Amino acid sequence: MIYNIPYIAVIILIVVGLYAVVFKRNIIKMVMGITIIESGVNLFLVTLGYRAGGVAPIFTNLPEERQIPGQLVLPIPQALTLTSIVIGVAVLALMLALTIQIYRQYKTLDVTKIRRLKE
Amino acid sequence: MNPFVPIDTGSGFWNPLIWVIVFIIALLIVYVIRGLGRGDYKKNTGQTKPFLSGNVVENDEQLHVKGGNVYWGFTEAFKGYYNKIKSMHTGDTRDYVLWFLVMMVVFFAVVLGVM
Amino acid sequence: MNSIITHSPALLIAIPLFAAFITPLLSRIHRRARDGFVLIVLAATELLALLLAQDIYANGIRKYVFGATLPSLTHPGTMSIPVRIIFEIDGLSIFMVLISLTIAFVATVYSSSFFKKEDGLDRYYTLLLLVTVGMVGMELTGDLFNFFVFLEITSIASCALIAFWVDRGESLEAAFKYIVISSIGALFVLMAIGFLYGQYDALNIAALANSIQFTFIDKVALVLLLAALTMKAGIAPMHMWLPDAYGEAPPSVTIAVVAATQASLYGVLRVCFTLYGKGLRLNMAAVGWTLVGLGLLTIFIGVTMALVQRSLTRTIAFAAVGEIGYMVIGAGTALAAGAQNFATVALKGGVFHIFNDVLDIGLLFLVAGAIIYATKERDLNNLGGLAKRMKYTTVFFLIGLLAVAGMPPLNGFASKILIYESTYQLNPIISIIAILSSILLLAIFVKIFYSLFLGPELPHLRDVKEVPKGMLVAMAILATLIIIFGLFPGYVLQTIVDPAVAALSNPTNYINAILGGA
Repeated sequence: MIYNIPYIAVIILIVVGLYAVVFKRNIIKMVMGITIIESGVNLFLVTLGYRAGGVAPIFTNLPEERQIPGQLVLPIPQALTLTSIVIGVAVLALMLALTIQIYRQYKTLDVTKIRRLKE
Repeated sequence: MNPFVPIDTGSGFWNPLIWVIVFIIALLIVYVIRGLGRGDYKKNTGQTKPFLSGNVVENDEQLHVKGGNVYWGFTEAFKGYYNKIKSMHTGDTRDYVLWFLVMMVVFFAVVLGVM
Repeated sequence: MNSIITHSPALLIAIPLFAAFITPLLSRIHRRARDGFVLIVLAATELLALLLAQDIYANGIRKYVFGATLPSLTHPGTMSIPVRIIFEIDGLSIFMVLISLTIAFVATVYSSSFFKKEDGLDRYYTLLLLVTVGMVGMELTGDLFNFFVFLEITSIASCALIAFWVDRGESLEAAFKYIVISSIGALFVLMAIGFLYGQYDALNIAALANSIQFTFIDKVALVLLLAALTMKAGIAPMHMWLPDAYGEAPPSVTIAVVAATQASLYGVLRVCFTLYGKGLRLNMAAVGWTLVGLGLLTIFIGVTMALVQRSLTRTIAFAAVGEIGYMVIGAGTALAAGAQNFATVALKGGVFHIFNDVLDIGLLFLVAGAIIYATKERDLNNLGGLAKRMKYTTVFFLIGLLAVAGMPPLNGFASKILIYESTYQLNPIISIIAILSSILLLAIFVKIFYSLFLGPELPHLRDVKEVPKGMLVAMAILATLIIIFGLFPGYVLQTIVDPAVAALSNPTNYINAILGGA
């Protein structure tokens, strides 16, 4: 049961992020919601690689009497998560830059008023 | 290889070469019929201007129907449908994400329920 | 020459990527040097793609392993699973790569004379080359996580390009909506990749396709992948970001984003036909029927909304939404019909329509850009009587109009007749709605043609001139391709489309190319 807690945390994070994107009016809160969803997905990827009783997968620096690969945590999900964190930073920077420029043009941060392109 | 291969649609075929030949024949027929018309009209007099039941045709720019109004009859006839669908396209970013979640639920119902 | 073809998958990514970061250096020398450099790079990449296409049509699937001693060493040593990132190129991949590179080249030719007095153009060309890299990478890769990375590269670069005119609030709003939608979709794709990796310990598409079964987690992954990728491809009712983004971006950026949207549609085809293809094709009939229903909804909404728009580019954008529906009903019919004869015909029509639609809608957007350049007006109510002054633009718009509406002998008709005749055999109503919507498309564009080009000249438009030669050359390239594809459809079908459809219908070839025929 205790090994399922990270997966439950992933679901909670994604639901909280989607709630912030769908029900909040401030653009910056929407951006924060997207970042929370991204944190949830990264947590999911890292948790996939866990093996009970394993050590960090550094091949050249193993302590004695540890056999590979059975007692290492999986390394591939850690690489996937690093890539995803970097992509998330780039997307976050782009969204915040767009928010600053939108504020200069529309003078408001309310997403129900930034609606010149409708129908 | 032959570049004029027709495409075979399983229940017929389409060959644009045949279409071009038929089109050229039709153009020739049109040219022949045009040659059977009268050529003894006076150019640049009242004989070549459009006739609007005797009304004076003065200002060409005011006869021009603007782009947004050309299909007024069609949009007026479908007013109910257009009101409904224009109100669905709100322009609000949160509605776009809501439609995504709705379609994800629909896909879940299809894949998990039926398959 | 042989070693160039062997390394061409890597070169197709590397050449535009390096050129993207050298371009700002060259723009310090002169503006023309930068334009010419980008043109030469894209032309060279397209030539390389044509050589690779010839090799693939002759010799079958090509694979390229990054980081191995030999490019085809998928199983180093005594391993039994493929390691490292592998690019796997079959007929469908090289078909989409040719589309992406042609559109990028035409966009660059158009941009070199559309933007005269703007600054920030070196960043524009860098981002355009990055969008090209992203699209080509999405279409070449054989690894799911690599697909996600290239998907994000394309989204980020396209979003920055959509917001190019930062002094207009509408462009910024469109770019913000695009990036919110794209990043949420991509995050759900990443979750699906996580599910599949946790289940099967493989990220390679061929290895996953070999071992996938239809357990509960696999169905969840299929739903997440389909929902996110169909949203990126612009299928109703998730299509609403598309008219905003296409209508407010500069026209050369719009045609690059159109090609990027087709790359997401390529992702849908890959997931439905190859990843869940081996042995599971019979189970995908329900997904096929759903795609057919959504495709019909897309066609109908796109075409009816296009009739009531006031802005020129937004009308063409809604017509583009409608055209995507045609491709989806072709693919959906192929999934729903299973092994009957008309399934292959429907898939041929759908895949051929991808190329035709990009050419037709691209030409219409370039003409709209020419009108905006010459008259500085975007509203349909303020334009009229342009045919006397802009003769070439009128001819190009006429060709684009006839092609989009599916009039013979142009290329729209060739792919639409394949779709009509095959979907009729699945259910006649599909074909009837598709034909009626095609007629409505003709109505929309004849309305624009009549009110914009014919008629008397308006007083405030008395001194518009024809657009510069660069834009005319770009439009002429697209118009020539439209006429050639229309007059020789059989030849184009046999050469380019049949290998793509054969690659989709036989997922075992894709799997055996990597796993060695086990």
